[in-house]
Amino acid sequence: QKKNISLRLTMEIVYVYTKKRSEFGRQCNFSDKPAELHVDILPDPSLTDNFIDRDPCDVAIQCTQEMSEHEVNTERFDCEPCGINHVEGGWPKDVNSQEMEQTIRYRKKVEKDENYVNTLMQLGSHMEHCIRQNNTIDIYQEYFEEEEIVEEMEGQPSAKTVNVFRDPNEVKRTATSLSWHPDGSCKLAVAYSSMEFQKVTKDMSYDSYIWDLENTNKPEMTLKPVSPLVCLEYNPKDSHILIGGSYNGQIAYWDTRKGSQPVEMSAVEHSHRDPVYKVIWLQSKTGTDSFSASTDGQVLWWDIRKMSEPTERLVLDPSKKGNLDNALGAFSLEFETTMPTKFMVGTEQGVVVSCNRKAKTPAEKIVCTYSGHYGPIYALQRNPFFPKNFLTVADWTARIWSEDIRDSSIMWTKYHMAYLSDGCWSPARPSVFFTVKMDGTLDIWDFLFKQNDPTLSLKVCDEALYSLRVQDNGRFLGCGSQLGTATLLEISSGLCTLQKNEKALATAMFERETKREKILEACHREMRLKERSRSEQSKEDEAKDGEAEESAEELVACAEREFYEVVEAEMKKRGKDDKKEKEKYEGKDGCKEKES
Amino acid sequence: MLEETLKRIQAHKGVIGTIVVNAEGIPIRTTLDSSTTVQYAGLLHQLTMKARSTVRDIDPQNDLTFLRIRSKKHEIMVAPDKEYLLIVIQNPSEYLLPQ
Repeated sequence: QKKNISLRLTMEIVYVYTKKRSEFGRQCNFSDKPAELHVDILPDPSLTDNFIDRDPCDVAIQCTQEMSEHEVNTERFDCEPCGINHVEGGWPKDVNSQEMEQTIRYRKKVEKDENYVNTLMQLGSHMEHCIRQNNTIDIYQEYFEEEEIVEEMEGQPSAKTVNVFRDPNEVKRTATSLSWHPDGSCKLAVAYSSMEFQKVTKDMSYDSYIWDLENTNKPEMTLKPVSPLVCLEYNPKDSHILIGGSYNGQIAYWDTRKGSQPVEMSAVEHSHRDPVYKVIWLQSKTGTDSFSASTDGQVLWWDIRKMSEPTERLVLDPSKKGNLDNALGAFSLEFETTMPTKFMVGTEQGVVVSCNRKAKTPAEKIVCTYSGHYGPIYALQRNPFFPKNFLTVADWTARIWSEDIRDSSIMWTKYHMAYLSDGCWSPARPSVFFTVKMDGTLDIWDFLFKQNDPTLSLKVCDEALYSLRVQDNGRFLGCGSQLGTATLLEISSGLCTLQKNEKALATAMFERETKREKILEACHREMRLKERSRSEQSKEDEAKDGEAEESAEELVACAEREFYEVVEAEMKKRGKDDKKEKEKYEGKDGCKEKES
Repeated sequence: MLEETLKRIQAHKGVIGTIVVNAEGIPIRTTLDSSTTVQYAGLLHQLTMKARSTVRDIDPQNDLTFLRIRSKKHEIMVAPDKEYLLIVIQNPSEYLLPQ
């Protein structure tokens, strides 16, 4: 009995599984067999001639302590620069530094000291020598100053990261827009918001920041909007004013002298109904005008002195009826101060709409459209040197257009593996532009140097890059990523200095490509005209290829018909071939091939 | 004698100001206004100490004899001593003929 109890207490964990005997397969039939010798290789002394005795043998042994490698990075400590106030110091205890009398007396005493006199005589003579030296000859004279410094193109174009500004909040948001401070490159304003639908959490901050380029620890100023900002722009005329478009469609403006809260916000009823994707300052006498675009299909003009309602409104309806339901959602805006009456809007549908601000009726406001992209146009900018040509960045390509050609871009990049999210021209060189992609790479293109690939491709970070802005000198650029990291990069001088003949070469290239597209367009038009006249004359009810007014269903039906025709033709051909093969092998008539 | 020397230094072409500071940082004599003097005295004292220690670190037998700081606008010359510092700010003449 005792035994039983102890057995139970040992608690064996047993796994039992059952299987039907019939499922086991054939049983193993073991049989006894005596040992069998299969192979017996006897030593062959004659083989020793093939070998040499090695004596001594080198054997490597290692006898060391086991070590392990660790990397340690100290926690970033925050530094704060601050100035020191110099105050006259060192006065001996018996002298009150505030009392003029006492200080003068002290000074007089020192001046009478013999040591003082001697020392100063010595120092004085030495000093005089140097002063005279300075007056005689400029010892730091720059030789060869008159000669032009011929800057050679350094071997490789390069770019390096200068600084990285991380979103100080716990929950990271995307850096959706960057704006450089108008006077010089000392400050960068970055707008942060979460572009992912309904991913906004309760503890996600709404703040956007202005960073001082030297200090990556802490932003210089915080902007606190009511809703996260999607876009943010410094006023080029007044560097204290910034305007921002927010996720809920409102526009707000800040004055950095007045603090973090917006000075005024647009009224919700009159604002956009979708996030404001782009806001641009306009050229005006007062310097207070701006306009904004959003995917709700409207472009609104604002005067910041009166934000209660927009001064003007345009609905991007391509049928020119002002119908909001038909309207194209706007993703990007373009405005060039040299052409103040024109502006362009890049839409969600992949179409660029060119508009005239001074048109009398809203219908006339929309001048023309340029189509060619398959996805929303994230960036739209005219070439600063050749305003007739503009760059669009959308889907997987970047395209360069000429204003005169509506149907197609004149130049385009290849289709990339990752979506392009932003791009801009270099303000220093007409043939250079920058693009950023969703895989975190920055591409610098110089189409006078290489057209198929970017001149320089740099992986900035592991997450997607969402925004890009180049500073006015063309040398620094800022990229914003999905996790709110703004990276400041400096590019090599070759990429931001105007090369000899560059303008002429770029002009020639644009003209050539525009001409080519014009010729192609003319050809297409001719072909279409011919098709149309042909189909009008033909009696058979064939597919109406030439007609431009075809409905979508008719096109689909026509495409289906053509497809099946091709398939049937293929099958017939294969059937014939099969028959031929069969008859060959059936051997009815060995040599003769039956033609069917 | 000393007065003449100092006056002569101040009278040279291009000299903007002269300051004499003692080891405690007290300006003994100055031709500039007091706030500028205090600033120059404090900053240059520290810089001279640093320069001297640098020179002596490299070669303990060496010592700093003179310090010249050329900037875009002018040149600051510091003649150091154990007890005192003679500081002169000069604007080197631009109308010089090259040698």
